[in-house]
Amino acid sequence: MPTAPAGTLYRGREGMWSWVAHRVTGVLIFFFLLVHILDTALVRVSPEAYNAVIGTYQTPIMGLGEAGLVAAIVFHAFNGIRVILVDFWAKGPKYQRTMLWVVVGLFVVTMAGFLPRHLMNVFGGGH
Amino acid sequence: MASTQTPSAVAAPRSPYARRRTTRGNYELYSWVFMRASGVVLLVLVFGHLFVNLMVGEGVHAIDFAFVGGKWSSPFWQVWDLLMLWLAMFHGSNGVRTIINDYAQKDSTRGVLKVLLYLATVIVVVLGTLVIFTFNPCPPDSPANLLPSICSAN
Repeated sequence: MPTAPAGTLYRGREGMWSWVAHRVTGVLIFFFLLVHILDTALVRVSPEAYNAVIGTYQTPIMGLGEAGLVAAIVFHAFNGIRVILVDFWAKGPKYQRTMLWVVVGLFVVTMAGFLPRHLMNVFGGGH
Repeated sequence: MASTQTPSAVAAPRSPYARRRTTRGNYELYSWVFMRASGVVLLVLVFGHLFVNLMVGEGVHAIDFAFVGGKWSSPFWQVWDLLMLWLAMFHGSNGVRTIINDYAQKDSTRGVLKVLLYLATVIVVVLGTLVIFTFNPCPPDSPANLLPSICSAN
């Protein structure tokens, strides 16, 4: 089995796995988007039809799904900025690994702001 | 034997050099640029969307017909959501197109998957656009308690 040449930018380690994560989160978000546009289109049918379907989004199970969806979006967004910097910033390729940890840090901060609020809305009182 | 070789087997000297086209235009370059440009705009649009719909007030529990009707009574949110719909769908479709190109090895598989993708994209974008612009926040014959507050104002 030939070993991977050393010194390439995107083979193994952080570079490759962030690329994998970018693809996986992108596909997840895309399929959610298709469903989300279709469910929103129900406002054109009747208030009752829309409320019935959106009501199923307000259950604890879907609440956890929404938390996962937001996590996927937040990672994809911040890592997308990192990809742009790798492409356009002269020192981007050199700092791609550092920038991934910045992305992870921003992800943690953003989710720490979002999750408590969202989970309180989902599990605390409400409907 | 060299003497039996027909002249046509070797290109005539000084014949003009014809570069073989290896690509069909700059389509992939534009697609690459579009992913980056739309990505930056989408970050703002989607984060704003998530903040207003999930963080403000009661979050996801506040979303119902009246909530959507209230938002889309304002041209600001109509334009916001329209821009988000178009950019997100084309950004997402283009990303999935790239993935299909990467992993579907048979020409026929790739073709079928891409036709399905483009079909889904066109249907969803057209449907979403029509909904944003033909939506009536105060449909007649609907119970008033399900409608946004602007409906009872007149």
